[in-house]
Amino acid sequence: MTQIATEAPREAPRRRTARAYALSAIGPATVTAGIVWALLQPYRLIILHPRDQGFWWLFVEPQLLVILVGALFHFLVVPGLLDDLGEEEEVEQ
Amino acid sequence: MPPPEHVHWLFATGFLALGLFLVAEAVVGREVWRKRRWRAYLWPSTMFAMGLAMWPVMVFFTTSTLHMLAHGAWAEVMMVAGAAELGLASGKLRSPLWRLAIVSAFVVTGVALLVHEQNDWFFQRSAFLHHLLGWTFLAFAIFPLGRVIRPRSTLFASGFALAFVVVAVILFCDRDVAPVFGHLSPLAGTPHR
Repeated sequence: MTQIATEAPREAPRRRTARAYALSAIGPATVTAGIVWALLQPYRLIILHPRDQGFWWLFVEPQLLVILVGALFHFLVVPGLLDDLGEEEEVEQ
Repeated sequence: MPPPEHVHWLFATGFLALGLFLVAEAVVGREVWRKRRWRAYLWPSTMFAMGLAMWPVMVFFTTSTLHMLAHGAWAEVMMVAGAAELGLASGKLRSPLWRLAIVSAFVVTGVALLVHEQNDWFFQRSAFLHHLLGWTFLAFAIFPLGRVIRPRSTLFASGFALAFVVVAVILFCDRDVAPVFGHLSPLAGTPHR
């Protein structure tokens, strides 16, 4: 052990391939679709005008569900998949 | 009880999730997708769960016998297809012919949709969407069938994934009583939203 700082060798950044870009775009594209739908039909987003609405109208908001699916996919599925894709492509090279 | 359109939207959400999983699998390839065991189980278990969730729909939305039979048929074929794909993913099932379960699910779903929709295309929006869904399932059945014959084909994998996204979009368009392209039969009732 020493108190002299040494620089750790940096890992070469992985080059992102078309497949990686396509994979990374799926979630954001889905979220964008949900946002565009909400902007085009704000009257269908019942949470914006919740007065006198029943539970199901407030709970099941299709535009928000689309956004939720895209976001969950992007943050829960894509990161590990990108790692595995990168490893696979390194092996192929 | 949720209105029927809400049930359609909840299932649309499930189909959208299935579509995204399968699109991702088509993009990276089956080997990369299956590098982590949980991912291999992801879409079959989602489909199985959706089949389970179809049973309460069958039990509680009893507007007609045909409705009940159709929803029961969907519940069964979704569970069978999900279970077959789970068995293949875990290695407990080995014959690729088990993939025909999802083909039969597409065909049974398509036929049940067309048979249980008693009104014509332009009666109202949900009638139109039921006809459209039925023919969509029957037309897209070519992709899961191609997946049985050529499991590594990107074309068939992509078409299979696209089928679920298209079905999700159609289900999200559903409304209980609403016009379709300006058509609404006076027998359908009053559009409420």
